[in-house]
Amino acid sequence: MGAPFDLNDDSVVVIIGTGAGGGVLANELAQKGISVVALEAGGRYLPEDYTNDEWDSFGQLAWTEPRSTSGDWRVAKDFSGLPAWIVKAVGGTTVHWAGASLRIQEHEFKALTTYGEVEGANLLDWPITLAELEPYYEKAEKKLGVTRTNGIPGLPGSNNYKVFEAGAKKLGYKHVHTGRMAINSQDYDDRTACQQTGFCFQGCKWGAKWSSAYTDIPRGEATGNLEVRDHCHVAKIEHDKTGKITGVVYFDKDGKSWRQKARVVCVAGNSIESPRMLLNSSSNLFPDGLANSSGMVGKNYMRHMTGSVYAVFDKPVKMWRGTTMAGIISDESRFDASRGFVGGYEMETLSLGLPFMAAFLDPGGWGRNFTSALDGYENMAGMWLVGEDMPQEDNRITLNTDLKDKWGLPVANVNFSDHPNDIAMRNHAYKQGQAIYDAAGATRTFPTPPYPSTHNLGTNRMSEKPRDGVVNKWGRSHDIKNLYVSDGSQFTTGASENPTLTIISLAIRQADHIAEELGKGNL
Amino acid sequence: MKKGNAYLLMSRRELLTRSLVIGGSLVIGAGFVSAPDAAWAMEAQHLKPKTLATLIQLARDIYPHDQIGDEFYVNAIKGYDSKDHVEAIEAGIEDLNKKAGGDYLGLGWEDQRVAVLRQVEDTAFFQMIRGGLVTGLYNQKPVWAIFGYEGESFSKGGYINRGFNDINWL
Ligand SMILES: Cc1cc2nc3c(=O)[nH]c(=O)nc-3n(C[C@H](O)[C@H](O)[C@H](O)COP(=O)(O)OP(=O)(O)OC[C@H]3O[C@@H](n4cnc5c(N)ncnc54)[C@H](O)[C@@H]3O)c2cc1C
Ligand code: SF4
Repeated sequence: MGAPFDLNDDSVVVIIGTGAGGGVLANELAQKGISVVALEAGGRYLPEDYTNDEWDSFGQLAWTEPRSTSGDWRVAKDFSGLPAWIVKAVGGTTVHWAGASLRIQEHEFKALTTYGEVEGANLLDWPITLAELEPYYEKAEKKLGVTRTNGIPGLPGSNNYKVFEAGAKKLGYKHVHTGRMAINSQDYDDRTACQQTGFCFQGCKWGAKWSSAYTDIPRGEATGNLEVRDHCHVAKIEHDKTGKITGVVYFDKDGKSWRQKARVVCVAGNSIESPRMLLNSSSNLFPDGLANSSGMVGKNYMRHMTGSVYAVFDKPVKMWRGTTMAGIISDESRFDASRGFVGGYEMETLSLGLPFMAAFLDPGGWGRNFTSALDGYENMAGMWLVGEDMPQEDNRITLNTDLKDKWGLPVANVNFSDHPNDIAMRNHAYKQGQAIYDAAGATRTFPTPPYPSTHNLGTNRMSEKPRDGVVNKWGRSHDIKNLYVSDGSQFTTGASENPTLTIISLAIRQADHIAEELGKGNL
Repeated sequence: MKKGNAYLLMSRRELLTRSLVIGGSLVIGAGFVSAPDAAWAMEAQHLKPKTLATLIQLARDIYPHDQIGDEFYVNAIKGYDSKDHVEAIEAGIEDLNKKAGGDYLGLGWEDQRVAVLRQVEDTAFFQMIRGGLVTGLYNQKPVWAIFGYEGESFSKGGYINRGFNDINWL
């Protein structure tokens, strides 16, 4: 366990949040001998604590503090108090995640250049290229043990995958396989191979799926350079009169408030809480919130174009058996405006247990049309559609001053409306997804609307020019030099791939950069 | 039954000795509702028995599964037979009856009842009942088995040797 650092120790790097970004950054810095205090709002849960039960697991792990919604997205109607599905625990949403680990493509890093101006969208090129990130993608794939990289074999195909593959091949899709997954197809890095239990979203009880909760975090702690304080909710980031960050104020389990001094602060609370923290830290010097001279904090919220297709067959599939998401078709993940939209999408196998299927198949639906679909549950196959959505300034996180959390802090409101490009892409994806299952012999298919957001991106975006975004290519605030953003909120655009491998690659890269800057005396 | 649970199951004998009134597929007696074959019965503590019977039928009409017995719908709605809910439920059911021309339970065809529900589906009452059923009905473990869902699998070693890839009809 890491040695406890003093509250007045102003030589430490403070990281807020221990998910994909924060958890990895904490370990990477600790491995380099840098002192780190990581503050995590949630508690600690390990594989032995996880449960093979969807609602119980949700109650154990999910962020259920109040949030509010607005905008014309269907989630605001179906799940008005639950805009996003995010974990509140040591390890963050990597406890829930399914493990799909893809690199963003070269052209997607240059969205504005590739797609051109899109009306109503706030597209921008990333300030980094694929070539710059490649060495870090390699490190991240090794860390996670991603299948189909570094000679690691793919996972075996489950029933749900076999149906998906059969339909995809009949339709002529070429890039179809069991995915690049941060799930062990064989023992790797002291973690066992996947036992196909089928509860990847509920925390993998075997530890076969990578999560920072039981890899990076304990390893960082073992160096003696990392102290993780769980049940510690950061309320405010503080600065001195020159604008330099001096530390953070947080509430512990018992509601007591503490001030931890810091040399550097890295914000990694996910794309909803990170901008909320920056906005809640407004001061006389920074009346619009920290790092917000561009006005971009909280704006350009992206959640990926999503949707699902479920299908019923005349014979059993039992999709709940086996990995939740080990199957992908990548053919549609390309730039081809002739389809009626820019950007691309992936199709990935997905299964839900009966309790979640009842809640998510057709939220608000009732009557025989709905129940006859569920009656076919045993014969059902499913896929998730995930594609690039357009950044829009009005899609944003703001403070809801009418709604306070238990510490009296304004909560985040998530405003989102689909861009016409998102809608065109979703319709295309529904059509293709349904065609795949029809080709495999489905008797009925269901174009299922988006769930509460699992991919939350873009609200502190990276930009070349300070006026276009919040942080630079290292995730460092354009305005305040010892303030960093280290999570998915840095994304300039969303790309079509699941985001976490990129979040982790950026965190590894940021650790190198922070170490270098500390070494040079720049921090 | 747990202590403090307001829903007392009666013995079949006790049930059969009381006078029975037929309403829909449920039997409504003085202070209780039961299955026609007396397979189960539930005593109404706060709601009128007829209201309780209507609520059970309403639950089935919202999420009709012919293979699921009434007892699971009863489990899903019994929490409404409480002091806190009695007013809202009696009012909601009264409204339903009014829209049904007097007696929701008296409408023999599901289609007739659904036509009534279409008129109230945006009300807070309907949405409360429907929303509660999503977990109240579908998160009952015995119900999972009816749909074939196998639930927890870690203790059995997952499906690696138990058919995760056993599909044979493709
Ligand atoms: C069901 C599900 C499946 C998914 N599957 C995939 C997948 O297959 N592939 C993929 O790439 N991605 C997947 N994702 C998304 C992935 O989990 C996220 O993109 C990723 O974890 C985000 O990393 P992050 O660092 O931005 O935030 P998180 O991992 O969410 O971590 C943020 C942490 O910050 C903490 N925090 C927030 N506010 C505060 C505060 N004020 N003080 C202290 N701590 C705070 C939170 O409690 C949390 O632990 C999935 C997500 C879900 C929900
Ligand atoms: S299917 Fe594999 S990765 Fe998913 S929870 Fe089970 S063992 Fe873990």
